[in-house]
Amino acid sequence: MREMTFSQAIEDALTQAMKEDQRVVVFGEDVHALRMNLYTRFGEKRVRPAPISESAFLGTAVGAAMAGLRPFVELILIDFLAVAADAIINQAAKVEAFSGGRWKVPMVVRAGCGGGYGDGGQHEQSLWGWIAHIPGLKVVVPSTPADAGGLLLAAIADESPVFFLEPKLLTDDLLEVLGSGGRTTVTYDIPTGGRSGPVPERWEPLALGRAAVRREGTDITIAGAGIAIHRATEAADLLSGEGISASVIDLRSIAPLDRDAVLKDVESTGRLLVVDDDYRDFGLTGELAAAVLESGLPARFARIAVEGTIPFDPKREQKVLPNVERIYEAARRLMER
Amino acid sequence: MFDSVSLYRKMLTCRRVEEAIAGLWQEGLISGEMHLGIGEEGINAGVLDHLGDGDAVALDHRGTAGMLLRGVEAAAIIKECMGLEDGLCGGMGGHMHLFSKDHLAASSGIVGSAGPTACGFALAAQHLRPKKVAVAFFGEGAMNQGMLMESLNLAAAWDLPVLFVCRDNGTAITTSSPAVTGGSLEERARGLGVSGKNISGVDVEVVWHEAAVMLDRARSGKGPSFLRTTCLRPQGHFLGDPLIRMVHKPVAEMKPRTGPLVSAAMSSGGASIAQRLAAITKIMAMIGRTARTQLGSAHDPVLQMRKKLKITADDLAGLEEEVELTVKDALEQALQSLPAGGEEATK
Ligand SMILES: Cc1ncc(C[n+]2csc(CCOP(=O)(O)OP(=O)(O)O)c2C)c(N)n1
Repeated sequence: MREMTFSQAIEDALTQAMKEDQRVVVFGEDVHALRMNLYTRFGEKRVRPAPISESAFLGTAVGAAMAGLRPFVELILIDFLAVAADAIINQAAKVEAFSGGRWKVPMVVRAGCGGGYGDGGQHEQSLWGWIAHIPGLKVVVPSTPADAGGLLLAAIADESPVFFLEPKLLTDDLLEVLGSGGRTTVTYDIPTGGRSGPVPERWEPLALGRAAVRREGTDITIAGAGIAIHRATEAADLLSGEGISASVIDLRSIAPLDRDAVLKDVESTGRLLVVDDDYRDFGLTGELAAAVLESGLPARFARIAVEGTIPFDPKREQKVLPNVERIYEAARRLMER
Repeated sequence: MFDSVSLYRKMLTCRRVEEAIAGLWQEGLISGEMHLGIGEEGINAGVLDHLGDGDAVALDHRGTAGMLLRGVEAAAIIKECMGLEDGLCGGMGGHMHLFSKDHLAASSGIVGSAGPTACGFALAAQHLRPKKVAVAFFGEGAMNQGMLMESLNLAAAWDLPVLFVCRDNGTAITTSSPAVTGGSLEERARGLGVSGKNISGVDVEVVWHEAAVMLDRARSGKGPSFLRTTCLRPQGHFLGDPLIRMVHKPVAEMKPRTGPLVSAAMSSGGASIAQRLAAITKIMAMIGRTARTQLGSAHDPVLQMRKKLKITADDLAGLEEEVELTVKDALEQALQSLPAGGEEATK
């Protein structure tokens, strides 16, 4: 076992993938700086800086993947996907279905997601519900360095377009550049877990669409992904002080979604609280509520998610994003119902 | 008429307000990123000096000075940057998302989006406000964004009264723009039916005269123009820019990066030695390019205008003191607005 930060795990797994497979090529804005080590090691042909032309280079990834490469696109922030929506929604997602399953699009889009560092509602969205809404796309959200590397390899090995979303509060590189910029005068509510941890000596791909039970409990199931898992774990600690036993399920992948893992746990607890850093309406929280209803389980349900545009003001931002206090309160209310 | 004293006052005000914002950011009273327009005052003031009521402006992530020059109160802007409830947008937007409906002035943090917005403002002007115009501000990096290129064409096809102002500092974050751009930007605009010019943004007078001609064209229904202006930006892309830090503190900043970089250059499995050397050469060139952005007075639009002013030393000192006081007052207003324990706000 080695010890790595979240960002190191991502770069390390990507290095392994590039070493093992010549078809893996990286491109995106500023990749020579963002991936300086890979740029030096693999040269500009395989780590290529792109113009600010998201629709062109994401569309290029689709074509390149169809024609034999395994593109790994650095989109930097998931918010910028909006500029290139066609390449993903109407092209990448459709090729396999339209070709009767004969032609696939093995590409990865990596992007930072989420807020908590006061950068405003155009740079802090999570948007995984938007991606998961489209048939033909996959989206993963790791919450630990070990999962980050393992899911990254799985994403590269997968034959479908996969979004790899990286919660910015867990990364040292993105958060340093976008948040503190060398300042020691700002701090953030960074979860205690997830920023660094043990990783395997050699990366192996993790199965996509398999949730992990982070904590076993008997009274209430808390499910989510990314930052929410760390917040939920802290809330579960507080709840246990009050005699409430909560399990925490890390979905790891939003699409495919491991509904079975959630249902299995809810079967024993009878209560589900879904925590989501993405928007509330028409998203992950509603999807899991539907799964519970469809299963016929007699469960109580509550959710915490982002309701509206994320405010720039860091104080209001803190209240809009799911935090430990909100999870704790919601869980207690759910216990009383 | 070009009024050098008034233009100098405007540019100096922008500079001082942005310096005040930089100070607040350093102190941790402003969260997230901070993109300033220091070094671009000649462009911003030279163009916006021509705008009046009913004219519109679409700004990018570097729009603080643009808002100020359209007449938005400095205190309202500073408070917005700090996320305060009584800021320009109630603290909801922050510096990348400044909006003033009264001034028809909007900004966006999505690169290239000023193009379509300005076209929309211009279309509304065609219908509702004859002889009024819209100005779009963006960087040369944004010129590669599809929506901006499409906007140039749309503006030409519909004869929209738009002035597209490209502030070209040669670099988009860390990327050398010529390295990722085909052809020349003026030719590109011309190819889409928008006539253009290429000038230095250091001399506000040159910018002012060029903008006057282009805006007159737009006002008289002759359609859009494209103005490419060059500038240097000493702060880098944003405050705390890692490249600028490398230039100022090479040893401290490069130290943690050197180990991984050397190992990347030496590890087995990867590109040929020649390709690796080429990559390292480009990384060094990137840092060298950054070092050359430090404003010498020859590239400083504010100092250049100051040298050419034809007023007495006393009048100049008076003007400068007045600007300092106005900005100080705005800053004090903003600090007074901080809620109790405000220093803890961003912690
Ligand atoms: C669509 C989109 N892609 C990427 C970014 C990230 N980004 C912010 S500013 C910037 C560089 C912009 O360069 P330029 O247009 O030349 O303006 P400058 O910052 O140099 O003034 C980039 C890539 C973004 N905000 N929006």
